[in-house]
Amino acid sequence: MRQVIAFLAGGVFGTGLLISGMTNTLKVQAWLDVFGDWDPTLAFVMGGAILPMAIAWRIAARRKISAVGTVFPAPADLKIDPKLAIGSVLFGAGWGLSGLCPGPAMASATFGGLGGLIFLLSMAAGMKAAVPVRRWIEPAQS
Amino acid sequence: MPLEWIYGLVGGLIIGLAGALFLLGNGRIMGASGILGELVDGSAKETATEKVTFIAGLIVVPGIVALVMGGSETNLTPNLAVVIAGGLLVGIGTRLANGCTSGHGVCGISRLSPRGIIATLFYLLAGGITVLAFKHLWGFI
Repeated sequence: MRQVIAFLAGGVFGTGLLISGMTNTLKVQAWLDVFGDWDPTLAFVMGGAILPMAIAWRIAARRKISAVGTVFPAPADLKIDPKLAIGSVLFGAGWGLSGLCPGPAMASATFGGLGGLIFLLSMAAGMKAAVPVRRWIEPAQS
Repeated sequence: MPLEWIYGLVGGLIIGLAGALFLLGNGRIMGASGILGELVDGSAKETATEKVTFIAGLIVVPGIVALVMGGSETNLTPNLAVVIAGGLLVGIGTRLANGCTSGHGVCGISRLSPRGIIATLFYLLAGGITVLAFKHLWGFI
């Protein structure tokens, strides 16, 4: 059951990304292009996605365990550390350059061509590289 | 273009429903970078199978939907240096920040997580400045 839900959630997520235009890098870059020909569509995507999710958090707060019996995630972490800011700035720069964030990069794997696969491999390499980088930033904050 | 807004809203609602299903069904936060990143760096442990299955759905289902719709296009830049730099930055950045557009943006903001809100402000700002610099100042993208 757990695997069925995981496959469905991934599939529905990817379908939403495709329909909303998140897999179209030109559309994403036009959203970030506030000083050029700005495209506000992604505000609707974000708003649309947050709505059902906010309801889901409310339901989760009233229950002890999930449908498959696992515990729900811990309450939101309040700690704002340098890694959060530095990481988000780096991510935003890469998102602006390419127009792809992790979800759409995976969702477009079958139709994104060779460039899309090279992006996926680079992203995975970056994720691997984050492990030593994280250790390097960590001591600085304590 | 009002039609595109509707596609955005409908697509967004579908994304949110997927996140709700993953949370209430499996008790997991639907964050794309965390799901892939924990598989890449080996920290997924007992949730690894579920993460692989999620990614399988994330790749296969939109692939089929795109086929049915008559194909889709990412319009990714042919400049491979930009593609590789973008991928590396997205990979390192999302793992340092512990989340991306789905984890911080959708799942975080929807429960008013301060980390989610701050991360989203930072990556939107950085993305906006990057497009401004590389598109309008230097004509790179």
